Amino acid sequence: MDFPVFHLDFFGNRWLIATIAILHVLVNHGLAVGMMPLVAAMEWYGQKKQDPRWDRLAYKILFFCFLITTTIGALTGVGIWLSVSLVNPYSIASLIRVFFWAWFTEWLVFITEVCLILAYTLTWKKWSNQGPEKKKQHIRLGFALAFFSWVTMAIIVAILGFMMDPGNWLTDHSFWTGVMNPLYIPQLAFRTPLAAAMAGIIALFLILFFTKRQDGFRHEALRAVALWTLAFAPFVLAAGWWYYTSVPDAMKDNLGVSLATLAFADWQTKFLQIAVVTVVTILLVVQFAISRPNLLPKVALVVPFFAILWMTGHFERVREFIRKPYVIGQYMYANGMRVDDYALLQRDGVLTYATYSNPLTEAEKAGLPERLSEPERTARLETIQKGKDVFMDTCSRCHTGHGVNSITSHLQRMFGDKPWTPELTAGYIEGMHYAQPYMPPFPGSKAELQLLGAYLEHLQHNKAPIPGAQSAGVIVHDENAGRIATKTNQTEAAAR
Amino acid sequence: MNEIPVPRDIPLPMPAPEPVLIGVLIIFFLMHIVFVNFMVGGAFLTLWYQLRGLKEKRYDDLAYEIAATITANKSIAVVLGVGPLLAINTLYTVYFYTANALTGAFWISIIPLVIVAFVLTYIHKYLWHQMERMKWLHIGLAIVVSLLFLFIPLIFLTNINLMLFPEKWGTIRGFFSALMLPNVFSRYAHFILACPAMTGLLMVWLFRRKNEAEIAATGFERVELIRKGYQWAFWPTAAQFVIGPLALLTLPETQESIHSVIAVFGVAILVSMGMAHLMFTETRRPAETIGKSFAPICALMLVVVGLMGAGRHLYREAAVAPHRELVRAKTEDYMRKVEEANREAAAKGGDVRTSQ
Ligand code: HEC
Repeated sequence: MDFPVFHLDFFGNRWLIATIAILHVLVNHGLAVGMMPLVAAMEWYGQKKQDPRWDRLAYKILFFCFLITTTIGALTGVGIWLSVSLVNPYSIASLIRVFFWAWFTEWLVFITEVCLILAYTLTWKKWSNQGPEKKKQHIRLGFALAFFSWVTMAIIVAILGFMMDPGNWLTDHSFWTGVMNPLYIPQLAFRTPLAAAMAGIIALFLILFFTKRQDGFRHEALRAVALWTLAFAPFVLAAGWWYYTSVPDAMKDNLGVSLATLAFADWQTKFLQIAVVTVVTILLVVQFAISRPNLLPKVALVVPFFAILWMTGHFERVREFIRKPYVIGQYMYANGMRVDDYALLQRDGVLTYATYSNPLTEAEKAGLPERLSEPERTARLETIQKGKDVFMDTCSRCHTGHGVNSITSHLQRMFGDKPWTPELTAGYIEGMHYAQPYMPPFPGSKAELQLLGAYLEHLQHNKAPIPGAQSAGVIVHDENAGRIATKTNQTEAAAR
Repeated sequence: MNEIPVPRDIPLPMPAPEPVLIGVLIIFFLMHIVFVNFMVGGAFLTLWYQLRGLKEKRYDDLAYEIAATITANKSIAVVLGVGPLLAINTLYTVYFYTANALTGAFWISIIPLVIVAFVLTYIHKYLWHQMERMKWLHIGLAIVVSLLFLFIPLIFLTNINLMLFPEKWGTIRGFFSALMLPNVFSRYAHFILACPAMTGLLMVWLFRRKNEAEIAATGFERVELIRKGYQWAFWPTAAQFVIGPLALLTLPETQESIHSVIAVFGVAILVSMGMAHLMFTETRRPAETIGKSFAPICALMLVVVGLMGAGRHLYREAAVAPHRELVRAKTEDYMRKVEEANREAAAKGGDVRTSQ
């Protein structure tokens, strides 16, 4: 890794990305992609029936979506990007080099989308008062907005699909083969009805807020939106099925196939169960909304909503199976090393090519064995410093020291309280990609395995949080240190 | 400790010819920044007029008129920022990501801070009339929004500044130490002053195009409103003649000469003088002729903004170009070694330890 290492030692780095991404998916699918066609349809229906109540309801829902999408929605979209570039700069930088034009196009569509939602919301009242012709135009604006929201999603899905399975891109490095990867269409087919159903559930919830209990219109609105949701629910199941049956194909050429297949089978069963539960809860609630609308409590809608979230969350995890242990399938591992880099790094060591070192804080230096002479202490600290650098460069993208998915909790579970000596841990780490299909092989040299082992042993006695470059900064390796490291490696290699 | 780091770059080709990327970066960044100016300046002016509105109701109405512009401007500002972000990521990968990581906690806090600022802006605007009775709470919101809008640009500026100086990377310990690098505050002051100035021009545009009834509803004469706009445009611009050169003089020295940068900013100063003169003349004009020079003023402003963007880019290039050569050489050297190691491994018959 050749950037200063940003690191969150409590929640873990993946947590940062996941939180922002889930919020974004929720707002994007539920309030934009799925909701805009629903709002436009309501406006159209109100116009057709000459019933202003539909118009008022549609506007209220739109206004709510406008407030959320232009704040949380827009900013979490940028936030995914900022967080990934902090946590995995090499992966996002590589993706941008390949997908620049996709992102650029996406951006143009996004500009259009924002202008349309501004126009659609801010002209609603004015245009509605200017006669039926103008109203028709406004409705068309609504459908245009719905279309562009969907296109934004369609482009992003291509990039997501690419990260899972770059298909033929690896051999011909061209943009279009990257885009048209084998999971693209099934994934898009799944997300589209999912977004519509999600929007339906949210709209049912909003209707309960925006209409009065005694109001006969409330029933009418609940019924109509329930039908909308009902219409999409089966497609969620069908496309979900299609999607997950295409996954094993995409996984075929991965490493660690047997373990991955097992893990995926687990995922698959669970996905099916969750999907069925979700669709059933949707159907139940929707039945209720249709037949007994006046008895529908708000909490009842929270259930299918969370079921959908649960399903979406579980669904998003499939990417881990397919691309594991890569960030970009077959090209780059999740630790930021390219597959091609391995021969060099394992020969010479990752530290040889690392520009930065991650300084130890005073708290991190505590817990050394007592009664060390001063030179021994210095030598020990130097080893620990190098071991920490190995950890930061090869493990820290996925593991914390003492927080979520911490390396110490794993070691504690595996080795208990006996001393975690390098002899004990190094052997495991060398073969860790066999033990856990999520993990890439260790990219460093034999000597670095020992250094990492020494550091892990230190962590057994030292519980201080590991700071990232955002607070502790970096030390710049001078060239000389790099050369010395190479030399010891070579002498070792010769000895072997 | 004061070693200059020379990291490796991403070993993939640029997705587009460099001039195209530079074009995207400069043009869309300037558009972005103009709308950010409107947004931030709009928040300041709203607060200012709202405070005056405590004594004289019509100022409160004026504040509302200005607040109403922020909603659209802020969305456009955000969306226009994405393209330049994409371009800077591509063109300055090593520099930009390094600066981001070194100030990471603050850098990522941009997201929640902007969300909060935007939500409060909405509350402030859409509950304006409902909050009549809680005037101080309402003004409190405007104050919080203004403070957020004051702080967020500082995070961006610190990053943009830090990325230019690889020799400082090894000495940075978090956001605040990056904030202390030379040039940050003078550039910041330069930006902040531009906000009310740009918003002043926006006011002129706004009140020139409103119809008679709308103007009558504000309780002001049209000429008064337009004059206020020009005053907002003129006085901060006048101050820029001190702050701008200060920002220029505090630019750290670069290895490459920056004559062209100084030339571009020099021309910008001359053009600004002409523009400021016109603005001042406008503030003195009577109702019949006020606004006569609006188009030329906007045109000159466009030229100034363009020159600022160009000068900024030239300086950035001067600052990083020599280092970028080192990075390029390092990356090539690394890739050669990678190839050699892979050949060696293939010759040994095994595909090292990655294979199953
Ligand atoms: C791509 C992300 C990733 C990287 C990089 C990574 N790990 Fe892991 N590691 C995981 C995941 C995921 C698990 C499984 C967590 C679970 O099952 O709870 C895991 C589990 C482990 C375990 C427990 C294994 C077991 O059998 O229960 C150990 C020990 C471990 N990792 C050590 C390391 C070390 C040392 C490094 C650095 C050389 C490393 N990991 C790098 C993702 C990663």
